[in-house]
Amino acid sequence: MGLLRMHKALAGQGQHPAVMPHTLSEAFPSHPTDASAVGFALSRLPRTNAPILWVQDRLSRKEAGRPALAGLPADRPVIMVDLSRAADVLWAMEDGLRCRSLGAVIGEIWGDPPSLDFTATKRLAIRAEAADVSCWLIRRAASPDLSAARDRWRVASLPSAPHPHDPQAPGSPRWSLDLFRSRRSKPGQWVATYDGAADRVHLAAATGNRAVDPRDGAVRERTAG
Amino acid sequence: MERCGNAPPDDVPVILAREGQHGPVIHAANRTARIEGIHPGSRVVDMRAICPELQVEYADEAGDHAALDRLVLWARRWCPWTVRDGDDGLILDTTGADHLWGGEAAMLVEMETQLSLLGLTAQLAVAPTWGAAWALARFGPVRSVCGPDEAYFKLGPLPVTGLRLDDPTVLLLRRLGLKTIGAVMDVPRLSLTRRFVKAGLQANPLMRLDQAMGKLAEPVSSVDAKPVIRVQARLAEPIFDPTPHLPDLCEDLCEQLKHAGLGCRRLHLTVYKTDGDVSHVDVATSAPTRDPAHLHSLFRDKVERINPGFGFDLITLAAGSVEEMQDQQTRLDGGSDDDLHLTRLIDRLSAKFGPHAVSRPILRQSHVPERAEAQIVALADHPNEGAVLTKERPLRLLDHPEEVRVLYAVPEGPPAQFVWRRQTHRVARYAGPERIAPEWWKDRPGTRLRDYFKVEDQTGRRLWLYREGLHEDGRGGDPRWFVHGMFS
Repeated sequence: MGLLRMHKALAGQGQHPAVMPHTLSEAFPSHPTDASAVGFALSRLPRTNAPILWVQDRLSRKEAGRPALAGLPADRPVIMVDLSRAADVLWAMEDGLRCRSLGAVIGEIWGDPPSLDFTATKRLAIRAEAADVSCWLIRRAASPDLSAARDRWRVASLPSAPHPHDPQAPGSPRWSLDLFRSRRSKPGQWVATYDGAADRVHLAAATGNRAVDPRDGAVRERTAG
Repeated sequence: MERCGNAPPDDVPVILAREGQHGPVIHAANRTARIEGIHPGSRVVDMRAICPELQVEYADEAGDHAALDRLVLWARRWCPWTVRDGDDGLILDTTGADHLWGGEAAMLVEMETQLSLLGLTAQLAVAPTWGAAWALARFGPVRSVCGPDEAYFKLGPLPVTGLRLDDPTVLLLRRLGLKTIGAVMDVPRLSLTRRFVKAGLQANPLMRLDQAMGKLAEPVSSVDAKPVIRVQARLAEPIFDPTPHLPDLCEDLCEQLKHAGLGCRRLHLTVYKTDGDVSHVDVATSAPTRDPAHLHSLFRDKVERINPGFGFDLITLAAGSVEEMQDQQTRLDGGSDDDLHLTRLIDRLSAKFGPHAVSRPILRQSHVPERAEAQIVALADHPNEGAVLTKERPLRLLDHPEEVRVLYAVPEGPPAQFVWRRQTHRVARYAGPERIAPEWWKDRPGTRLRDYFKVEDQTGRRLWLYREGLHEDGRGGDPRWFVHGMFS
């Protein structure tokens, strides 16, 4: 029953824009080089062919790389903006949110710059809701301080699901999701399995200390020195 | 007409070549080369045999055409009607304009002087008709002036090549013994008509002769210069900030553009300072536009960078890269145009952060991950190569692959433990290898192949790791390991 409720709580946000308007969400990766937060944000975008405006600051690009078009889940056009300062990133995102023809606006900001305060996030959130364009802020190496983002997620990678054909290979990626603050739904924690072929996220409730499934993860793990 | 801006030394035979049907042929030759017996139209290899020290450059024919078109407009200083004549000539209709320059002979001297100041050598002639001027300029005496009824005498001694005929016809006339225009004139008209009754203009000596003698009309149809769309604001007193004048200037400019049915892709704002200094601000758009509010918004942060000095008293705003533009309504309900909004967003971002900060990645047909993606300036149009990917690729790529230190190597597969960014990663599971060989047509010789592995470490982070080279492949020492990307 609990599972059903959580599915209901999350289902509307990505799939039915009429029910849940697009707004500003923040994602905090557990580690700067962890690409799970970007993967999660992409999986939550509306399924359209509209281009994505992707704004990066210099440190994010240097430390965590750039998004690779070949690895994006669907073949969507991307407009990349490479900037150096966080204030410029916020300006570009705000300017992008004036344009309704974009599919989404994704911004990556490193750390806690002074320009990214409550007012800046509030402006982004209001703009995103006015234009009905979903906006994601990926914040690496940042502390989750005051923000007006409607949903705030902590995302971390988990050992992936078993590969159906090769027990030694990593299968579908799994993420641990922690919705620690939300205006629209109840906060909670989930374990998500991303199905790349169907571009879907399967959610399961996070259990505290469950026993490791023998087929799970490190069954054929190699012993290291 | 030859361009001699920075000419090679006179004693070196230099030719310009162009691609012919059977290899390069000679397009033009300098004086030394012509003395050596080299003539345009023959093949470069043959002429190399005659003159081994020949220097060959390739001709820029499109550039020559464009330069000549500009020269056509430049020549309007002497008379209002000018037109390009073939690949190497200008025709100026100087009727009623010569007295302004002190007569026809003085006008020719003035033209030759001005053209030589541009670095051009010119052969000039004045004649009542296009055909006569063509022949006299090329085959007549220097700066010959031909009066209204002198054409018969002046043209008579010139070779038949001066009749603007094609090569087979010239050859035919030569074989018939008609070597000069005068000889052709002496042939009875009826015989010529009968012989060339079906020939076109290029192959018809009679019609060409009539054109040269003025019996057949050949008007000069002058081309119009592109309109220069520019507005200016003259100020009574020097000011330091052009911002209050910009909306009006943009309005006026867009009014002009609308009147002409054009849109501009560039705007040049120029301020003329009181101390004689000039500052420029340029903005560009990704699609032709004539929306004053949008054009004004592109200047938002740029005018502040102008150093006003002692102030300026003249502002001009000029439209560059003018294109035809039609007003379009894409939706019946008059709603917003999505493409338009997107191009305007790109314009705003490019104007603020520079055109290279905004890019549009596209896929290219290459297996090497760095080359599989091209960054294209978002302002430009681009063709998509439509590359299809079959292998799984990481969500993020590092700009420069980062080398890892292998702690525990194993003979097969990726290392069991490695250190990347001062953190120890233990490989729990991996997939691969996927071998990507270097592209020999692009890479330097000695580039090593790469074996890519998707590895998952103990915490679940999935990295794209590759080994550069193989053991004892003869291309360097032991293979090294690099992290190139991250999977979601």
